[in-house]
Amino acid sequence: MRSRRDRAGAAATAVVAACLGYLGFRFLQWGVVHAHWALPPGAASSLCRASRGQGACWAVVHERFRFILLGAYPYEQQWRPALACLLFVALYAASAVRACWRPWLLGLWIGVPAVAVLLLRGGWLGLAAVPSDAWGGLPLTFLLSTVGFAAAIPPAVGLALGRRSRMPAIRVLSIAYIELLRGVPLITFLFMAALMFPLFVPQGLAVANVLRAQVAFVMVIAAYLAEVVRAGLQAVPAGQYEAAASMGLRYWPATLLVVLPQALRIMIPALVNTFIAFFKDTSLVAVIGLFDLLGAAKAVIVDPQWVGFGVEVYLFVAAVYFAFCYAVSRYTHHLETALAAGGRR
Amino acid sequence: MRALAWQAGAVALVLALLVVLVVQTAANLRLRGLASGFGFLGRATGFEISASPLAYSPRDSYARALAVGLLNTVRVALLAIVLATALGLVLGIARLSRVRIVATLARAYVEVVRNTPLLLQLLFWYSLSQALPGPRDALRPLPGVFLCIRGLHLPGLAWHGGTRWLVAAAGALAIVVGLLRGISRRQRDRAGRALPTARLAAGAAAVLLVGAIAAGHPAVTLDRPALMRFGFEGGMSLTPEFAALLIGLSTNTAAFIGEIVRGGILAVDRGQTEAAAALGMSRARVLRLVVLPQALRVALPPTTTQYLNLTKNSSLAVAIGYPDLMSIADTTLNQTGQAVEVIALVMTVYLALSLVIALLMSAAEP
Repeated sequence: MRSRRDRAGAAATAVVAACLGYLGFRFLQWGVVHAHWALPPGAASSLCRASRGQGACWAVVHERFRFILLGAYPYEQQWRPALACLLFVALYAASAVRACWRPWLLGLWIGVPAVAVLLLRGGWLGLAAVPSDAWGGLPLTFLLSTVGFAAAIPPAVGLALGRRSRMPAIRVLSIAYIELLRGVPLITFLFMAALMFPLFVPQGLAVANVLRAQVAFVMVIAAYLAEVVRAGLQAVPAGQYEAAASMGLRYWPATLLVVLPQALRIMIPALVNTFIAFFKDTSLVAVIGLFDLLGAAKAVIVDPQWVGFGVEVYLFVAAVYFAFCYAVSRYTHHLETALAAGGRR
Repeated sequence: MRALAWQAGAVALVLALLVVLVVQTAANLRLRGLASGFGFLGRATGFEISASPLAYSPRDSYARALAVGLLNTVRVALLAIVLATALGLVLGIARLSRVRIVATLARAYVEVVRNTPLLLQLLFWYSLSQALPGPRDALRPLPGVFLCIRGLHLPGLAWHGGTRWLVAAAGALAIVVGLLRGISRRQRDRAGRALPTARLAAGAAAVLLVGAIAAGHPAVTLDRPALMRFGFEGGMSLTPEFAALLIGLSTNTAAFIGEIVRGGILAVDRGQTEAAAALGMSRARVLRLVVLPQALRVALPPTTTQYLNLTKNSSLAVAIGYPDLMSIADTTLNQTGQAVEVIALVMTVYLALSLVIALLMSAAEP
């Protein structure tokens, strides 16, 4: 009996390994052996076009990677978006270290995006001013997701508390907001931001596209985060509320000092998961014409010279997204086990 | 008293916000000389739709164009839900396979899909379809199947017979099913084991169909795609946009469903597997008859969420040019300028779709 199962397992392994080996071989042939890595100076993409179907054209990434990663930012000023990227990465790294989970980390989440915006905008200390239409690539992706997430937390907590409130009017309003924003595709709100926003504000008030998209993200992320916070609040045992009440604490002190801190600890992994989800979803701004990481990649292959090399460009961008999201998701996984171990007695 | 004040304050604030918004928007619309109201729905669109399940021409109304978009959304979402569920089930089981390489492969798939944006995946599939050869050099993965830059062409069934033969076939099938059920019930009472009625009925239907084709019956023929002057004609065809969207949505959601299925299987008590094994059941039977029914019960609610996500995500069709509801609404919006009405309409429809799916799934819950 046992040996039969082993034999079946070995056969399955052999079959899968053979298929995998063949596909891997074909992929290597395409992606490495017959690939063009860089074009000789002055040569157009015709060299790549000649070997269409046989080999990959990584030359498109080689030639355009600064545009993909940093957008249409003025070339000689590109140290600024690059520095902004580093600041964001440092922020994420600091947030991952548990010794840094102190109140000042909150300040960092406000401070770093602010500094990044100042860096990108310029117009101070002799830095040339760069309009937000020229911002793009990875810094824009980082900016949209970080600000969107940080700014959505306060309204999310409010909505979650509102949904659990005993006051019917507050509860109904919170539920309506949360369900409306979660029930409709995110892209609808981006279209609203791009096309409808001018109708909502007094005429002559121009608001940059980036800022409008940012506001749309904050509004939507708040609705999704509210559900995460609600789950966290629900996980705090009722005894905690009762104990706080019996100590004479009223609603707000009990909520802010007793319940929320405990809920926060429980919901950290879910918070990080939401962050990854929206980090990926910021790519939707490519549809309304912003040049975030994906938008810039899309713009590269509109260039007549590089039309038809989407596969290579998208594989490169996918690798960038994957590196970031995979690292963060492995971290949440580690955090889940570590926090669960801490909660046990 | 305090509670009342809080609530009154909140309601007043929301109302005030809405009033300001409405007044401001109305003023802006007047200033720009834009019309308001849903009158535009009756006007002719003047644009083509590349794939339409309804008869449609540019002379038709915006209402009809939007209906075409809605049907396209429903079509791609339904198909993708079916494919994603099937693939997700396989992935969830493969993740727990004892064969190391199968489990690793499934895990790698799930990680890659879950850690890259869906929009990127859709654009990737679409550019892959655009890198295919032209119709003359179409790839032929299977006889009768053609894959080229214009899309995927498959043999299809063509129906010429009208309703007479359809009724006759349905009647014959009904009689066969009725007989089978009778035999099955007697068999169950006598031997304790029922016949696999559903499978036998499906088999009978297949025999009927293949028989009709093989006998050269004029009512039903196999329609193969053939290369004509302007590309392939005949058979079934999927446009590259539809294929990219379908593949992207189903492979993406499958990764999420796979993780749900895996969680569901792990949630089934080990004792269940051991008890079934002690009864002498094979591993496949244990999985099919004991573990999966219990696992799926756990997996159903989160799967509903995935179906809802998939339906909402189908709106990303707008990025690759498949004429779903969102793309047609976008075009309508750009042509008429009536952003408020169009967006309100789209929101209502997506909310209604979400509601329908949620209701259907809760009806399916045991």
